[in-house]
Amino acid sequence: MPIETITMPQLGESVTEGTISQWLVESGDQVSKYAPLVEVMTDKVNAEVPSTFEGKVTKQLVEPGETVAVGSPLCEIETDKSTMKSAPEKSEPVQEELASTESMADRYSPAVMRLANEHQVDLKQVKGTGLGGRITRKDIKQYINKPKNEPIPEQTSVPTKEERSKEAPQQVEAPNPILNNQDLEIPVTGIRKSIANNMVRATTEIPHAWMMIEVDVTNLVKYRDDEKDLFREREGYNLSYFAFFLNAVAKALKKFPELNSSWAGDKIIQHKDINLSIAVGNETELFVPVIQNVDEKSIKGIAKEVHTLAQKAKHGTLTQKDMEGGTFTVNNTGTFGSVQSMGVINYPQAAILQVESIVKKPVIIDDMIAQRDMVNLCLSLDHRILDGVICGRFMSHVKDILENISGDTTPIY
Amino acid sequence: MAQVTYIEAINQAMTEEMERDQRVFVLGEDVGKRGGVFRATDGLYDKFGKERVIDAPLAESAITGVGIGAAMYGMHPIAEIQFADFILPAVNQIISEAAKMRYRSNGDWSCPITVRAPFGGGIHGALYHSQSIESVFANQPGLKIVIPSNPKDAKGLLKSAIRDEDPVLFFEHKKAYRLLKEELPEEEVLTPIGKANQVLQGDDITVITYGLMVHYAKEAAKELSEEKGVSVNLIDLRTVYPLDQESIIEAANHTGKVLLITEDNKEGSIIGEVSAIIAEHCLFELDAPIKRLAGPDVPSMPYASTLEKAFMVNQDKIKDAMLELALF
Repeated sequence: MPIETITMPQLGESVTEGTISQWLVESGDQVSKYAPLVEVMTDKVNAEVPSTFEGKVTKQLVEPGETVAVGSPLCEIETDKSTMKSAPEKSEPVQEELASTESMADRYSPAVMRLANEHQVDLKQVKGTGLGGRITRKDIKQYINKPKNEPIPEQTSVPTKEERSKEAPQQVEAPNPILNNQDLEIPVTGIRKSIANNMVRATTEIPHAWMMIEVDVTNLVKYRDDEKDLFREREGYNLSYFAFFLNAVAKALKKFPELNSSWAGDKIIQHKDINLSIAVGNETELFVPVIQNVDEKSIKGIAKEVHTLAQKAKHGTLTQKDMEGGTFTVNNTGTFGSVQSMGVINYPQAAILQVESIVKKPVIIDDMIAQRDMVNLCLSLDHRILDGVICGRFMSHVKDILENISGDTTPIY
Repeated sequence: MAQVTYIEAINQAMTEEMERDQRVFVLGEDVGKRGGVFRATDGLYDKFGKERVIDAPLAESAITGVGIGAAMYGMHPIAEIQFADFILPAVNQIISEAAKMRYRSNGDWSCPITVRAPFGGGIHGALYHSQSIESVFANQPGLKIVIPSNPKDAKGLLKSAIRDEDPVLFFEHKKAYRLLKEELPEEEVLTPIGKANQVLQGDDITVITYGLMVHYAKEAAKELSEEKGVSVNLIDLRTVYPLDQESIIEAANHTGKVLLITEDNKEGSIIGEVSAIIAEHCLFELDAPIKRLAGPDVPSMPYASTLEKAFMVNQDKIKDAMLELALF
């Protein structure tokens, strides 16, 4: 049965609120239409609020002594008949379509014309942020106040749709290469644009430092080779090396939480959760989806998530939620044969670790030459947050874990 | 300190002025024993007696006529018109007598009367209880029209109006009476008549308005600032005739984008004159067409809630208009 709400009526022309004196009915009472429900006191009058429905009082929403504004709900009544609902108020559509009106780039206001004249500004050089690309007075004032030959930053207090969607504020001066006839122009849009913006931001803002260590993963390779066929058969996807590396990094981050942090201007935020961003790419795009709470997952659990996220990236079904909450990034550069690389930090995280190719190498152990499976791990760090010592200890710990991997230390399930 | 409503502020102003100056008295319908239909004169009858708080017959021309006569004789009367909608029978007295007294007598006589009247809509008052009437009087040199937008100004401006040596029409917004409250300063404030007030400082758009619309514009500006980063330069005219041209020009020049708001019917309203001042003086600073937001040109505020809502300028409509101008 429909529930109707009785609201505080307007009890006089200048009355905006009223104080509840007493209830004249109780919850559960049956009331007829127009029966008095509650006594209300205002600056001007004392009045009884009548029921506008017939039915049963189900809930009293205000207490005696409470002062409530006109229009606030007082009680709920369960009515017997379904009443005609008034049509929901239609809010008028605003603004959004405004941005897409015809080009206003060549329509100048008197203020803009005057300023352009006074300062001898070629209006073609000024970027308009107004409606339809119109040059606003603010745009030209900003242009005039900038030193010559420097592009004005896109900066307006009214962010346009596009500006809102992108993260980085920097606008890089576009070079103007000469085009041959056969050259192909590819517009920079969507993901490419946001990758570009993020990379510019990360490399211009973060003071990067690098280090690399070499790890002997012979044990890991053997362990994984022993298990991979059975695993594949049982689970339906590959037991990747990457899962072991993620596991080792998560363990090391647990021990060195300094690396599991973000830069926040005047403070550093150290994260409790260990959520690893992993870089997943195809020919044209790069995504960094996140595996949450890696430290709480088994090798199998991690392998499964890597598999799921890679599939999603391949089919373009990654959601915003898949990308959120990363605290540290691990990049599997080895998959495309790289043996050494310098990663760009995934802003605003503190560091990124690159896992390179596993390569068989002759290594000297106890004055004897042995054939071992070696891998390079490369770390890029934000030198505002981290220093060499702590990162060195972190990397040593990762190395330690990896070199001692076996069925005993690192069960798959 | 206690919060004082707009109407309490008005009551305080009259009480204090009557205590200060024996020449100040009140006359109007139901202002005495009843204390006014809105309670604006509550307590004055008991405090100052029936000689100084006079219940008048239902005759607006007589209320203002008697007031004007007393004012010419040196008194400082406060004539209350119960609703601004009912002021029309007194227009002859106000325009032809009060406004022109100094001119007609070559400066020998003056007419220090204050005519108070509640105006404005949005209170479910329909035709006779919702009108904005200021534009009827807004081209009569010799008159001053004051419309406060908050309790502090209501008190300060009414005190200045009572002390003014010339006739002042003092329009109070009915909806503001109990909606707006604030703490008032302890010291006496005499808010100057003829001076606009900068309510908010901002760089993106200039909004000029008066009365209850100042409150809505302020709230809308706050929302826009938080949601879209739009910064609004908000001017409260306070005196709508004669206009504070200097402040209007300065405010319009500051941003080059101007939104004018009134709840009155659009054509022939106060903001049309404001717009003309800006057009005359600010052309080369203007960055957008001067924009007006006002009630539609229909004869009256409708009674039906839905239609009343459609008629009245409100916070949402103001916000939309502000954003549109900011994006231009």
